[in-house]
Amino acid sequence: MDFMVFQYPMITVQACLDGILLGVLFALIAYGMALQWGVMNIINIAQGDLVILGGYIAYFMYLYGIHPAWGVIVSPFIMYFVGVGIYKLVINKVVDRDLFISILATFGISILFMQLMNFAFGADVVLANSGYGTTFLFDSNVVLPNSKIFSAVVSIAFAICLVIYMKKSKLGRAIRATAQNARAAKILGVDTEKVYAATFGINAALCGVAGALISITFTIHPYMGLPYTIRSFMIVIVAGLGNLPGVAMSGMGLGVFEEFADYILGTEFRIGSVFLLLVLILVYRRFKLSRKREYLK
Amino acid sequence: MNKNLILYASILVFGLAAPFIFPAFKVQLSILCVLIILAVTWNIQGGEMGYNSFGNILFYGLGMYLCASVQVGMFFPLAEWTESGGEKTFVHTPTQFFQGMAAGLVVAAVVPTIVAGLIGYSILGLRGHYFAICTLGLGVAAGEISGGIEIIGAGQGFTTPPFPNVGGLEARGEFFYFCSFFALVLAFITIRAIYSTRFKLILNAIRDNEDKAEAMGIETMKYKIIGWMVSAFFCGLAGGIMGGLVGYIDSTDVAFDGREMGVFMVLMAILGGKGTLWGPIIGATVFHIFKEGFWTFFLGWQYVALGVLIVVIVIYFPEGIMGWLREKYPERFGEVVDEADRKAQVELK
Repeated sequence: MDFMVFQYPMITVQACLDGILLGVLFALIAYGMALQWGVMNIINIAQGDLVILGGYIAYFMYLYGIHPAWGVIVSPFIMYFVGVGIYKLVINKVVDRDLFISILATFGISILFMQLMNFAFGADVVLANSGYGTTFLFDSNVVLPNSKIFSAVVSIAFAICLVIYMKKSKLGRAIRATAQNARAAKILGVDTEKVYAATFGINAALCGVAGALISITFTIHPYMGLPYTIRSFMIVIVAGLGNLPGVAMSGMGLGVFEEFADYILGTEFRIGSVFLLLVLILVYRRFKLSRKREYLK
Repeated sequence: MNKNLILYASILVFGLAAPFIFPAFKVQLSILCVLIILAVTWNIQGGEMGYNSFGNILFYGLGMYLCASVQVGMFFPLAEWTESGGEKTFVHTPTQFFQGMAAGLVVAAVVPTIVAGLIGYSILGLRGHYFAICTLGLGVAAGEISGGIEIIGAGQGFTTPPFPNVGGLEARGEFFYFCSFFALVLAFITIRAIYSTRFKLILNAIRDNEDKAEAMGIETMKYKIIGWMVSAFFCGLAGGIMGGLVGYIDSTDVAFDGREMGVFMVLMAILGGKGTLWGPIIGATVFHIFKEGFWTFFLGWQYVALGVLIVVIVIYFPEGIMGWLREKYPERFGEVVDEADRKAQVELK
């Protein structure tokens, strides 16, 4: 336990800013999670592994001498097809089944991806160096890498584009209609199978963007997927499905929480504290719901 | 009934004789016993109660750490033991080892049961996938947190006391085999006994419709917690034995190994057929044989195979081996089948 973070205001500011910039990324991943959860009623445990895979695409561009920031454009394209492929192979067989079946199936996909990435890219912690330099604020007391600011700006831009796309485009309307009532949408001529595939693809593409940004700002490793899944799940249950400002706010809140947990408990408890927070939130939710005597099925 | 008795007696005799018939496979047989315990106890939640838990690994890992800590801590300072890593300056005498192991196993079984009782009220109130994800988080959190605690070895792991020098490697294998086999027998007898009472019907009522079960006047929460405590008891016991057998405890790779054991127990129960008494046992046996074969011949690709296996089983084989047998030979399961109805169904297909 180390409460230094509260004794020096500059460290507090630093932790808050770091957390907010990190949280924007979490919110982007969580938005994808909320999308597929709302539309297809699937909780994708492999979400984090899609993020890491997207990160490796950017990392490989960096290895071949292309600036990794271009990964933000390239990796969603590749990831879209990866997502559609996963949908065609596995998800479409579990989409109308029990939720646990889909959790377990995506858990299998997650283990598969984790191991394949371990074979393909090695078990080292890697980072794509963007060379963006750093910004110093408040007499150099607060240090912000420009790559973090870049990643936050890009994720906000992508999120806004996606929201507009969902509102205006034909596919976006079809997706929203399917989320509201799949059967009615089918009757009115929406090809729900295609909508599901596109939703899963868009989710994977979002993961690709987030992964590319994570590979620039933080580090990636084949086994780091599960925490991202858990973070996005947590953000979605705190914010609720289809509550976009809520997703953004709780994403940033989670980022700040993590930074403070990092300072106070030490880095080795960072991931543990995220998982514990999930348990606490779920338990809190359970007592809140049971007081109201209403259960979510 | 008589036929059953002969069956059980022959299994018991085979189990007792197995380490002497297959002396080379003693360790594998002990691991098989532990796997069966985990699958059968998972089935209480996942199969009978409809609460799909990823978190029973929590009790397994807890039991593993507790057993080893008690075994060391009873005679030597624990902190110095873990600090020295593999280079031990303390040696257990045979008496100390067995006393420590016995006390350790008792603690390893009892403490997880208490923990399950304490957290049960909060966790078991969650429904469906919220429960699944919450227990998944619990298991991973326990692994991450125990990886940061110095006194139990933190990141560098915890070497359990080596087997004392009585009878060498053979005696070690036999000792751990009989430990795990008796734990398995105990687990089987307990679970069979509680399945033959009203308890199982209540669990099934919870699985089928919890709100209605509550409306019928069943205190569902009480039974859910009891079911979880039974699971925790045997998971802790299995973990304690497994810790001694493996000889080395790492927080995320051995004890709270959600990626291996945590998934294995779910997979074994589903493979065998959840919601049946024998399903998880058959599933665990088949799975263990498959796993060992794969682990030996395709080393390195085992997790890829595991991932594919999970997806295939879940999608194409969700009813498991017992479910398939039941569909094929319904008469054996005491179901009356109308022959004409069956023919009509076949024709419909």
